[in-house]
Amino acid sequence: MAEPFRFTVNGAASAIEADPDTPLLYALRNDLGLKGTRFGCGTGQCGACFVLIDGHPAPACDTPLWSIAGKRVTTVEGLGLSGGLHPLQEAFLAEQAAQCGYCTSGVLISAAALLSKNPRPSENEVRAALDRNLCRCGSHNRMVRAVMRVAAGDLA
Amino acid sequence: MNAVADARLRRPGSLEKNPRLSQWLRLEHDGTVSIFSGKVEIGQGILTALAQIAAEELGIALERIRMVAADTSLSPDEGVTSGSLSIQDSGSALRCACAHARALLLERAAERLGVPGGSLRVDDGTVRAGGRSTSYWECSDTALFDREVEERAPSGSRGERRVVGTSSPRRDLPDKISGRPCFIQDMALPRMLHGRVVRPPHGFTGLGSLDDAKAKMIPGVVAIVRDGGFLGVLAEREEAAIAAQRALRAAASWKEVAALPGDIYAWLKENAIDHRVISEKSDGDAKSREARTLAASYSKPYISHASIGPSCALARFEGDKMTVWSHSQGIFNLRHDLAMALGMPEEAVVVRHAEGAGCYGHNGADDVALDAALLARAAGSRPVRVQWMRDDEFGWAPCGPAMAMELRASLDPSGNIVAWQHELWSNGHSSRPGRSDQPALLASWHLARPHERPSAINMPLPAGAADRNAIPLYDLPNQRVVNHYVREMPVRTSALRSLGAYANVFAIESFMNELAQAAGADPIAFRLRHLGDPRARAVIEAAAHRANWSGWVPREGLGHGIGFAKYKNLGAYCAVVAELTVGQEVRVNRLIIAVDVGLVINPDGVRNQIEGGAIQSTSWTLKEQLRLGERGIASLGWEDYPILKFSEVPAVEIELIDRPEFPAVGSGEAAQGPTAAAIANAVENALGVRVRDLPLTPERIIAAIERQ
Repeated sequence: MAEPFRFTVNGAASAIEADPDTPLLYALRNDLGLKGTRFGCGTGQCGACFVLIDGHPAPACDTPLWSIAGKRVTTVEGLGLSGGLHPLQEAFLAEQAAQCGYCTSGVLISAAALLSKNPRPSENEVRAALDRNLCRCGSHNRMVRAVMRVAAGDLA
Repeated sequence: MNAVADARLRRPGSLEKNPRLSQWLRLEHDGTVSIFSGKVEIGQGILTALAQIAAEELGIALERIRMVAADTSLSPDEGVTSGSLSIQDSGSALRCACAHARALLLERAAERLGVPGGSLRVDDGTVRAGGRSTSYWECSDTALFDREVEERAPSGSRGERRVVGTSSPRRDLPDKISGRPCFIQDMALPRMLHGRVVRPPHGFTGLGSLDDAKAKMIPGVVAIVRDGGFLGVLAEREEAAIAAQRALRAAASWKEVAALPGDIYAWLKENAIDHRVISEKSDGDAKSREARTLAASYSKPYISHASIGPSCALARFEGDKMTVWSHSQGIFNLRHDLAMALGMPEEAVVVRHAEGAGCYGHNGADDVALDAALLARAAGSRPVRVQWMRDDEFGWAPCGPAMAMELRASLDPSGNIVAWQHELWSNGHSSRPGRSDQPALLASWHLARPHERPSAINMPLPAGAADRNAIPLYDLPNQRVVNHYVREMPVRTSALRSLGAYANVFAIESFMNELAQAAGADPIAFRLRHLGDPRARAVIEAAAHRANWSGWVPREGLGHGIGFAKYKNLGAYCAVVAELTVGQEVRVNRLIIAVDVGLVINPDGVRNQIEGGAIQSTSWTLKEQLRLGERGIASLGWEDYPILKFSEVPAVEIELIDRPEFPAVGSGEAAQGPTAAAIANAVENALGVRVRDLPLTPERIIAAIERQ
């Protein structure tokens, strides 16, 4: 094995021994134990493995390690400040915005990216921003309501 | 019949098979109560609802309840978590068990405090009388629950429900929303290896040549495992297992046979082997009033579970014992079939449930458990984790069967239905493990000494399977319903959410509109005049009222439609009004749903299930169809099998009719059929064109317009 691969996840420097072609997903899950990012399709079409790379949502299943050198990776575990929950996560709980919860992490990532560049989106903008995330249980409307709640600053 | 046997026959829910009180609950030293249910969480929130029932009956805070994950070595065998039956099966058993436990604990408490039983006050497990107090936990010992459950009146009488009937938040969501490890997909055991399996093409008869040199050269590959046509790989790292799976797939050549049928509906009609009349009513007087007869054919394609998280399992083979972690809906049945497939005694196999991604029926969970077990036998004592890839899931998980329906009915001169006929053609809707003398597990059919693949079967009526909801709930004087069973399976089929009810209700409720139109009647008024059941009438009226049905203003491209069913003709009543716009494609704007599940355990849980079911059914109805190719299922990724996206999801409004005087029934499948019919009827209302073949894609709609 070559030199350890070094990158920054959730603000912390990490080094792992893996081939630079390794998809980021497996490094996160199996080397760093960050299991919140999940495998769904392996081709970037479902959003279950979305992470933020320099603030932009990207599928970790389709992102080789070499491509993130020098970039900041944020996973669902790093969304909240100092280990607490992100307001979106609070809102998802308040709205009970999940059934199985498998797509939830990826949806949270997309929603966080949206709110960081557009803090007051319309409902249509929220839906458009989440269109790259698939949900099979039919929790879409609850998740949209939760995002709108954060946008409106309406958190109990 | 003696009184004891008679009483046993009436035991509620799963008590029949699991009569010991100790099978259901245990008081722990830390002031909690462990509840053992054989039902499992599959994303539907059942463990929250069951915890509410237990807390209510015991008279303790919900926080004191610990739901123990189902495990063949310690849980009651409650069969399969399916059929929207967990509230009936496990809920009613727990209700009895906990009420009995409470009564026993109070007897002990009265003895300890030296007071008559009637003078006790109970608050969260603390029992007080005459200035003294004790607690459930002080009063219990291991012997106390070592007896058969006796039926007692429910302690929390319905007028004073504390926990049942409230929207307690889901107990599992904090972890899931925080991104903490909570799925089987997230489990990792020390020294674990990663496995993948290379599946053969559909018309597989054997594995020909295999050059595994490339796969073996991938760093970290530990073993290539081959047993007849079962071909798998073990690797230290997950990505290496995936790379080796790809290399093996490219290197394997398979012996194959014939292609799949082109027109599946014609094929089903040609290949039915059993023709069963499941309902027949005749009334000569009514028959003699026949004035017009209508007939129509409907169809529903193969559809996929399409869960976002592909199936996963872990297995460890140590000594002569196999331990398997699975998100199966039926861990005892899985154990039975695993033992058969592995040639091991059942006692040597333990199956532990771990939660998976959303489950809507018999998916790949059981199959991947055997994959993991077979690979674990080649892994020394190291545990093995196998997760299917997306194409494994689409290509090999059992799918919801294609169905053809032919309906015919006659109206009398005043526009009332006097005769009705419904025929359906379908494969069986269940090929779950535990029901055959051959394992119902994919890999077992590909081994060097293969097992025979069991055919999918239908469960008997009244719940039924292919014929679920084929008998209309309407009051029809002449009626004939025929289920044509097709045993041969071009592709593997099994249970998918609501089984045949989705297609049968789509057909019946579409046809009701066609008849209403012929009779010149409003579709809702037409239904109501054929419907005596007051709970059925109430949901239809509630949905129509909330949707302001009678105030609808017709506009170009807009349509509204109604669909109704009582799930299985035994369970939840559900009526759906769909409002939609037809442009380039169908856009459902709003679904207004009224539902009656009897006593409501958790209102928000019911709403979540109904809303989720309706949105999933909208996706099935507008978009979904598994395409067949020469080498099997050709829809292998999301690009070939699109599902409803956030921007396409309709608004959903739910009117929940609480009827505490009726038993609680499940809600998970009630909306599937009514939603499909409501959408099809709304499309007809918008365009004046009837589309009878699912899904209602733009191509189908254009073809229907051209035919007209």
